[in-house]
Order: sequence, then structure tokens, then C-alpha cells
Amino acid sequence: MKTQKIPRKILISLFETMLKIRMVEEKIIELYPDQEMRCPAHLCIGQEAIAAGVCANLKKTDYVFSNHRGHGHYIANGGDLDELMAELYGRVTGCSKGKGGSMHLVDTKNGFMGSSAIVGGGIPIAVGAAMSSAMQKQKRISVVFFGDGAVDEGTFSESLNFAALKKLPVFFVCENNFYATNSPVSARQALDNIYKRGLPYGISGLRIDGNDVVKVFEAAMVALKRVRNGKGPSLLECMTYRWKAHVGPDCDFETGCRPKYELDKWLKKCPIEKFKNSLLKEGILSVRDIEEMKGILRKEIEKAVSFAKSSPFPKKEELLKDVY
Amino acid sequence: MYINCMPWTKSFPDRTEFENDCKQRGESLRGLTYREAIREALTQVLEEDSNVFIMGEGVDDAGGVFGTTKDLHKRFGRSRVIDIPVAENAMTGVAIGAAITGMRPVFIHMRMDFLPMSMDQIVNHAAKWSYTFGGTVKIPLTIRSIIGRGWGSASQHSQSLQALFMHVPGLRVAMPSTPYDVKGLLISSIKGNTPVIFIEHRWLYEHVGYVPEDMYTVPFGKGVVRRSGRDITLVGISYMMFESLKAQEVLQKQGVSVEVIDLRTLTPLDEDLILKSVKKTGRLIVADTGWKNCGVAAEIASRVSEKAFKYLKAPIVRIALPEAPTPASIALEKEFYPDYNDIVAGVKGLMKG
Repeated sequence: MKTQKIPRKILISLFETMLKIRMVEEKIIELYPDQEMRCPAHLCIGQEAIAAGVCANLKKTDYVFSNHRGHGHYIANGGDLDELMAELYGRVTGCSKGKGGSMHLVDTKNGFMGSSAIVGGGIPIAVGAAMSSAMQKQKRISVVFFGDGAVDEGTFSESLNFAALKKLPVFFVCENNFYATNSPVSARQALDNIYKRGLPYGISGLRIDGNDVVKVFEAAMVALKRVRNGKGPSLLECMTYRWKAHVGPDCDFETGCRPKYELDKWLKKCPIEKFKNSLLKEGILSVRDIEEMKGILRKEIEKAVSFAKSSPFPKKEELLKDVY
Repeated sequence: MYINCMPWTKSFPDRTEFENDCKQRGESLRGLTYREAIREALTQVLEEDSNVFIMGEGVDDAGGVFGTTKDLHKRFGRSRVIDIPVAENAMTGVAIGAAITGMRPVFIHMRMDFLPMSMDQIVNHAAKWSYTFGGTVKIPLTIRSIIGRGWGSASQHSQSLQALFMHVPGLRVAMPSTPYDVKGLLISSIKGNTPVIFIEHRWLYEHVGYVPEDMYTVPFGKGVVRRSGRDITLVGISYMMFESLKAQEVLQKQGVSVEVIDLRTLTPLDEDLILKSVKKTGRLIVADTGWKNCGVAAEIASRVSEKAFKYLKAPIVRIALPEAPTPASIALEKEFYPDYNDIVAGVKGLMKG
């Protein structure tokens, strides 16, 4: 990993964000069997570098759109941990007041305008937010995270076309983890070229190692510079792998969904381990620094869990509120 | 022709009838067609609020969506009157994205039959966003669509799908039948903060009625009694309101006093108005432009049987489409669409009971 060009402060912050996402997801795995988080949780362990690397380039006013596997995006974009945990526990203090659950996180003060759990659903909405920003002569840009499954959807192609047609400030970030639930990308897509799908519309695309946070950070920086300068949309395909099952805290190789050797191969490419080693090697962080960082994060996460557990459930009067 | 009613409850099939009516009553009223009323509403809202914009296939073409958006691009520019790709689902998502970030889009579909192509964004996204995120994000989005009829429009250019949208919480559904209401409800929709499925009927476009020049709103969830009567309550939806009024006239001559109710919006539905009327008349007939199964008439019938059963003197009658897609042949079209004769026959059957 080439870390020389990036300021030390940013490198540390990238590492901390990835670690935070990982530790939150691991906490969810630990607590999920208690059956108090009563919502489907789609974990992003193994994919942390993409959220961290992209969001480190964003401003508070930018719009971010996520999907059903959205904890990482929410955290990397500065979302409140207490509100995230409370949402998972179905409490009224949750970011969506307990009405969204894990798949529907929101954080409007940071431009995180709501996550759709319909594959491909958030893509055109992100394009609309970009159009809105342009119409209001604002400088806000729009980022949307989606998986390789969303590329199958019509909304993906339709959105690319419209964003290119109107030269909208939108950054399409595909997290290609090779599976839509349990369907491998090779069973679904004629060509292995997601990053090229924008070319017919004149959108430049790039495929990178999505487990290399430095590469993600740099690629996002280059793409976002273009997007911010009115050059139109950009597409980034980040190759990655989710360690856990499509949904829930378990691994899925035991059930035969994916082969064990495939997972093992990707476990060796852990985005956090890889980055940690180069930070240690370059003396940017020490083992002690990392332990301290983990300690602080652990406390923050514990605090979020107790906030969630001690928060009230929504009252029954909430049932019919905010429908319209 | 239509006596004892306020000017804004009336609508005439053409301008001559409107003007004759004005003359007879010695009034001078401003008459607009349904289509002109829509265009006027759009013009005024675009003028007033720079965050309002129009999008849809052909909104800036020579025809301008049957005249309802004609030449608006000349006044407001193509950045606010936007022709779009034929990609209904994604473009609905684009409208949603704009709506949750400060804009007030009006998405126009020339045919209601194109809405099923955007069902994911309407049903899974627009209808859900406010509730799912605890009311933190609102969607001020108006989706206009037009029901076609006749001239062999056939199965994919004629559907009345209001019941589909009425079924989904989070969507408001408007079906105005007069020029006055179409203007007022369209302004309400655009100024509101909820996704609205705004349904027009092509056969109402030439109808003329009183429309004030000012900007005014018609509230959602408030129906009106178009004709008051004693013997039977007749609820007419959209174009079937016009057929209902014709039926009322025929029946009046035959000594049957019909109370005609125009709901104007289906969600929210002015249940109180229907219940009050049924408690008085004891009989109910509903005429809808859509299908009978799980349709608007079915919903109204169940609400009345739940809440006013003991007042009913006869079973509720539904005048709606038969269970078939729309045929093209004129011979079959005639069989397919009910009209005032069917309503009259339905009422007579009820009065016997």
C-alpha cells in the first residue's frame, strides 16, 4: 500500500473508521442471538474500506444514499452510533424512530437521506438529489453505494443515462462482492465489466481493489474532483467480498451457499489487517496506539448499546404517525 | 340545465352549455375547460415557487400533454419544463430524489397505463419514505396521469388504476371531476408534502366550468354533494360523476330523488359525507371508472356496511368495469363501459328492493 501521499491524519482516520465499522458489526454478531435486535441485519464485514475511503472525501453537505447493507456507510459518513444502535433495537430514539430498522437508516443532518432495501432503488433517487442540487445552484454532490446485484436492475442503466444526459454531480459506487444474496455474478451478468457500463453513456469508470482503503480513497478523490467540477457523473467498481451470510450474523459456507476456499482466500485479504500492517510498518501507528483506539471505540459502542437498551420503545400512538 | 347549485359544483360538456347556463341566470362567470384549468394551476404554481418543476415525456412538445403543459417551456424554460427519457421507474426515483432535497416536482404521464412501470419507485419508495424514516424526510411529489377512453384505445391506453394506489398507505389519490376542482386540487397537491397520485380523465378535458382566476386550493379528504336528494345516495368517481349527474336528471323526471356525491379525492376518503348521506337515504350506488374487483366501489361498500349497516334498506350496487381488459372494437367498447343508463337501471333496481 502506498500511503506516502496521504496526510497522516487522514490515514489514521481511515483506519479508525474501518475499525469502528468492524467493531460495530462484531458487536451486532455478539448481541444478535439475544433476539433483542429484531430486524434483518445485513453485515458489511470485509467491505469496510469502501465506505471509509469514499466518505473520507465527502463534505457534510453532500448527499449519500445507501442500501440494505448500510451500517458501514452510515458510520463512515458520520452517523450517530447511539441512534444506529437504538434503531437496531427498535427504539423511538433510533435514527428512524424505530420504524426503519437496520435496512433503513437516515441521518439528514449529514446528507444521508435514507436507505432503500430494494436492490437498485436508491440509485435514481441519488441522481434526483444531484439534479435538485444543480437546479438550486448548490455545490452539493450526491454519492450512491450499491452492490453488483443493483447493476442487474433497470434503474441502474436508466440512472446512468439520465445522469450523463444532464451531466449531474453524482458518484456511482459499486461494491462488487460477487453475490446478489446467493446468486453469483457469473450467473447473472453476461460480461464481467461493471466499471465499463457507463461507457456507452460517456461515463468514465474504474475498477479497483475495494479492500485497499488507500486505493479507494485516492480513486474517490479523483472521481469526486471531476464530479465537483461539473464534469458529470463517475462510476467506481470496488472489488470486495462479504465475510458473513447475505443476512444475519452467521457465515454461509456451512450451508453450502458459497465455498469455504473462496471465503478463506478473501479472509487473507482483510482490508483492516492489510492497512494496519502498512501503518505499523511506516510508523504511523504503534500497536499501543491501535489498542488505545480500540479501547475508545469499545467504550463508544458499549455506550451506544446501553443507550439503545435503556431507550423506550415507540408508543402505540406512533403507529399511524408520519404515514403522510 | 343544472339548477339549485353553486357555480363551482357545476361542469358542462362544452362551452355553449356553460354560457347558456350563465345567461339564463344572468351571471357572468369565468369558464375554463378542465384542460385549461390544469394549465392555469401549473402556470401559477411555477410562477409562485421557483422550486416547482415539471417533468415528463413530451411536456414541452407541440401538443403539450393534451394542451395541459402547452408552451409552458416558453415561459419557464426547459430547465423547469423538462422532457425526459422514457424510463418511468428511474425517472420517478429522480423525482423522489429532487423532492427530498428541496424541490417540488410534478411528474406527468400521458397515460395512466405507464404508471405500472414506475410501481417500484411509487409503492416501495415514495409511499414509504416519510414513515420509514420516522417523518424526518418528506416527499412533495405530484404524479399526474390521464385515463384514456374510446377510439379503440384498447387494453394498454385506457386503464383506471386508482384502486391500486388507494391500497397503499403513504400515497394520496385525487380524482377531480370538474375544472374548479382540478385546479384547486392540483395546487393543493403541489404545495403539499406528500406524494400524490393525481388522476385525470381524458373525457373531462373539454368540460367547462367556473374557475376563478386566483390561486386557490381544494382540500384533500373533503367531498361535495353535487345534488341533494332523499331516496338514494349516488357516489360518482371522475368521469362517472358526469354520467351520475345525467342519471340524476333522468331519475328526477321519473320522481326519484338522488343525492349525488363527488368525493374528489379517494385517499383520504370523505367517509363521513357518504355515511351521513346513506343514513338519510338508506340506499347506495357507486359508479367508478375502474374495475369492480377490489375496486373503489368495493371499498366504499365495505365501509358503509361496516359503519351504517342498520340504515341500509337494500344491498349496495356497484357500477364498474367488467372483469376483462379494455377491448379495441367499438362494438365491444360499448358493452365494456357503463354509462348513465346503467346507473339509472341500477337505481331502479334498488328502489324496487
